[in-house]
Amino acid sequence: MSDHIVIVAERKGTTLRRVTLEAITAAITLLHGQSGTIHAFLSGSDNDNSLISSANELLQYGVHEVHIAKHAHFEPYQATVVLPALTDVIRELQPKYVVIGHTSHGRELAPRLAAALHSGYIADVTTIESSADKASFVRPIYAGKAFERRHFQGVAPYVLSIRPNNNAPAILVEPVEITNPDEHIHQVNCEGIQLSSIVQHVVKRINEEIDLTEAEIIVAGGRGVRGPEGFAILKQLADELGGAVGASRAACDAGYCDYALQIGQTGKVVTPKLYIACGISGAIQHLAGMSQSRTIVAINKDREAPIFSIADYGIVGDLFEVVPLLTTQLREIRQ
Amino acid sequence: MFKIVVLLKQTFDTEEKIHIVNGAVNEEGAKFIINPYDEYALEEALRIKEQHDAEIIVISVGPERSTHALRSALAVGADQAILIADHTNLSHSSSIAHLLAATIRPMKVDLILAGLFAVDSGSGSVALQVAELLQLPHASAAIKIQLGHAKELHIEESPWDGNLARIERDVEGDTETVLLPLPALITAQQGLNDPRYPSLPGIMKAKKKPLTELFSSDLLLSDALERIAASATSCDQVLSPNARPPGQFITGTAQEQASSLLEQLLERSIIQKGGDS
Ligand SMILES: Cc1cc2nc3c(=O)[nH]c(=O)nc-3n(C[C@H](O)[C@H](O)[C@H](O)COP(=O)(O)OP(=O)(O)OC[C@H]3O[C@@H](n4cnc5c(N)ncnc54)[C@H](O)[C@@H]3O)c2cc1C
Repeated sequence: MSDHIVIVAERKGTTLRRVTLEAITAAITLLHGQSGTIHAFLSGSDNDNSLISSANELLQYGVHEVHIAKHAHFEPYQATVVLPALTDVIRELQPKYVVIGHTSHGRELAPRLAAALHSGYIADVTTIESSADKASFVRPIYAGKAFERRHFQGVAPYVLSIRPNNNAPAILVEPVEITNPDEHIHQVNCEGIQLSSIVQHVVKRINEEIDLTEAEIIVAGGRGVRGPEGFAILKQLADELGGAVGASRAACDAGYCDYALQIGQTGKVVTPKLYIACGISGAIQHLAGMSQSRTIVAINKDREAPIFSIADYGIVGDLFEVVPLLTTQLREIRQ
Repeated sequence: MFKIVVLLKQTFDTEEKIHIVNGAVNEEGAKFIINPYDEYALEEALRIKEQHDAEIIVISVGPERSTHALRSALAVGADQAILIADHTNLSHSSSIAHLLAATIRPMKVDLILAGLFAVDSGSGSVALQVAELLQLPHASAAIKIQLGHAKELHIEESPWDGNLARIERDVEGDTETVLLPLPALITAQQGLNDPRYPSLPGIMKAKKKPLTELFSSDLLLSDALERIAASATSCDQVLSPNARPPGQFITGTAQEQASSLLEQLLERSIIQKGGDS
C-alpha cells in the first residue's frame, strides 16, 4: 500500500524553517521505506517571488510534490485565513498523515485543521515509532514530567504536530533526481479567501537571528544574573557559541530581559544540543521547558541548587567570573 | 452587555510530582488547581465585566472533582458554572471539543476565553477545535485584549460592524496586534493579567450561584458521535522520562573550571573548534 503524507512547510521570511526539514524526516519515518509520496503545502503572499525557490528547495530535500497557496492575505500568517486552502488540498489528496511543526504557527493550524476534517490530532510529538503496520507517537505530558505513547484510532487523514529539534532535519537528496521541477509544483486555487481577522501590526521584541525554539545552543540566565548588564555577558558567550540567549521567569519578571526569552512551562519549550543555565535555581516550572536538552551545564553559586540534579556538568561558582572566562577561552581556542 | 464563556480545566498543581503506576498517572493525594492559563482567561473575563458589564459562564468538562475549580471561579466573580460530567473520554480532545461546542452553540455568546493550553495534557488543541466547530475566528496567546466598536477602539476603517476585539498576541517573541469581529474565541498567554484570589464574601456568595451539571449523552447527537469516533486517538501508555545519566561537578579555580568544561564539550563534539557549533 502506498500512502501520501502532507507536510505543512513554514518559512521565516523567505527561508524554510528547520522544523520543516524535520517534518520531511518525520514523513520519511512514517513511510518506513514503502512507496509513498511526500507532499508539501507552502503558503505565502509572494511579494518577493520567493515561493518557487522555496518549493524547489523542498524538492531537493526529498519532497515529491509542492502545493503553493499564494494570496496577499497569507502574510503575516494567520491560521484561520490559510485553513480553507490547506483543507482543500488535504481533501483532494486524502493523505494518511499531515505533519505540522509545533510552532506558534502550527499550534494554531493543526487543531483547527483536525476539527475541520474530523480527524484525530496528536500534538507536540517528540518521537515517532513506526513499523509497517503501526505507528505510535510519544509526547510529553505534565510539562515533561511524564510522557505518553498515543496512536490514532479513527479514520485517516491523521494530523500531528512535531516539537522542533527532536527529529534530524532532512538532508539534501541528489539534485539530479528532479529532472523537471515544474512538474512537481502545483498552484492551489485561493479565490474567495476571506479575512476573519486582520493583523494590524507586528512589533519585533527581540532582534535575535536565532529562534530560541530551534537554537542548538542556549545560554540562559536567571535571577542570579542580576540585571540587563548581566545578560550582556551571556549574550557574548552565546554569540561566541553561535547560540541564543534564554531566561528564567524570575529574570523576566525582574525586567532583566524581555518575556520573549522566557523558557519553561509558561514560556518556550526548547530542546537544544547544549543548554547552559547561569544563575538559575532550577524550579520545576523552568525544568519543564529545558529538561529535554541534550547536554545541560549549570553554573550556580549554590551547590544545593536543584538545577544540578539534572545537569551533566555542574560548576559551583560565580557566573560573573565563569561566563566571561568561557567566552575568552573559547575565543582563544578558535583563533 | 457581553456574554462570555470561559473554558476551564482542573489540572494537577504544577508543583506536584508525577507518580506513574501501571502505565498511568496516579492521582491519589494530588493537589488540583485551575489550569494556570485558564486563570488568566477567567481574570480577563472578570476585568471585561468590570469595564463593560458582562455575564460570565465558566464551563468545564471533567470528573466530579472539577466542581472545586468551578466553585473557585464563582467565588472570584463568575455568574454561573456548568460541569459537563464525562468520566470516560477525558484524554480525547475532539470529544471534549464537541461537548463544549454543543453546550455553547445555543447560548449565543459574544466571546469565548480559554487558556493557551492545559499544563497536564499540553496539547493546546481543545479551545481551537471548539472555535472551528462553532465557525468562530480566533486569536491565540493574547497578552492584551480590548473590546468595543471600531469608534471606541479608535479604528477608522473596519470591515466589520458591531463589536470587535483588538488583541495583542505573543508570536514567538514578537507582539502582533490583531483585529477580529465578535463573536470570537481568544486564548490567554501568561502576561495577560494577574489573576485575583477569592475573598471570603466571594466564597459565601458563590454557594448561591448556579452550578449545573450536564451529561455527555444528552449533548451529543449521532453525527457528532460519528465524528468523534473518526477523530479518536488513544493513549497506550504513560512513561517516565528517561533518567539522565548522573552529572559531574567540575572543580578547581574558575579558570580551571572553564577550561575543563570546554575541553569536555569539545571532546564530546558538543561544540566545535572552528566557527559556529
Ligand atoms: C504557574 C507557574 C508557572 C511558572 N512558569 C515558569 C516558566 O515558564 N519559567 C521559569 O523559569 N519559571 C517559571 N515559574 C517560576 C519558577 O517557579 C521560579 O520562580 C523561577 O524559575 C525562578 O527563577 P530563577 O531560577 O532565575 O530565580 P531564583 O530561584 O531566584 O534563583 C536564582 C539562582 O541564582 C543563583 N545565583 C545568584 N547569584 C549568582 C551568581 N553570581 N552566580 C551564580 N549563581 C548565582 C542562586 O544561587 C539561585 O539558585 C513559574 C511559576 C509558576 C507558579
